[in-house]
Amino acid sequence: MGLNPAVIGRQYPPSPPYLVGREKVREFAQAIGDTNPVSHDLSAAQAAGFTDLVAPPTFAFVITHVAMASAMFDPDLGLDYARVVHGEQRFTYARPIVASDLVTVVSVIDAIRSVAGNDMLTLRSDVVDPAGAVIVSTTSVIVARGSAEEE
Amino acid sequence: MASRVAFDQVVVGDVLPEKRVRITRLDLVRYAGASGDFNVIHWNERVAKLVGLPDVIAHGMYTMAQAGRVVTDWVTDPAALEEFGVRFTRPVPVPDDDQGAEVTFTGVVAEKLDGQRVKVNITAMCGDASVLGRANAVVRLS
Repeated sequence: MGLNPAVIGRQYPPSPPYLVGREKVREFAQAIGDTNPVSHDLSAAQAAGFTDLVAPPTFAFVITHVAMASAMFDPDLGLDYARVVHGEQRFTYARPIVASDLVTVVSVIDAIRSVAGNDMLTLRSDVVDPAGAVIVSTTSVIVARGSAEEE
Repeated sequence: MASRVAFDQVVVGDVLPEKRVRITRLDLVRYAGASGDFNVIHWNERVAKLVGLPDVIAHGMYTMAQAGRVVTDWVTDPAALEEFGVRFTRPVPVPDDDQGAEVTFTGVVAEKLDGQRVKVNITAMCGDASVLGRANAVVRLS
């Protein structure tokens, strides 16, 4: 119980590069029932002005949620993963992620607070291109349910 | 690509086309594979109940993805979306039958912003329960 406020502002090294695959974009779009041709048909995507298939907006989390582990499992943080639930998610887009993007994720601990016995961790993870430009900035609020909580 | 919705023709209070989504166990298994989120509570009833959940529950990000489609299906241009956020307020239990769960998504234009953008507020109802809170998006119109 009780996350360590000393880690607020801590930034983690960039995640290993992630190459956005065309079939992964198709698979993800299909899994959420998104039939927009720009996520399935390369010629439709290119006709619409994109360089490749367009990943649906929440695809960014597929990339960031793995990279977030470096922060969530930081031993200095003291997060009990077994009590963790996803409380909030926000995306800010400079542009959509498209297939063949080669990206890395940079995560920083933005805030830690305690509400009604639950610890809340706000984690920002930016999906960046090889030049360092942010494609999508994501903010996740992770809630560690208090051990005293009665369910 | 440009949004198929014209900023000048939109007024605050406009309602976006409603979306009813039926979610079955198969949908959750498919989403687990596509997203890489294999958290056991999204496919294993035994473990879900062991940790105090009523049943297997849908991935919050699956519900969020459906909420996003309310906006992106409306404008058709995925590049028009600038911001999108939700709070996960209640779980969506998905029973092991052919019916699954049904979630109804609605969107309403809440505010007109500069740069031909609008803020859309989204609601997601599973039965009588609101499963997302403060769900909204900022989208650029043409």
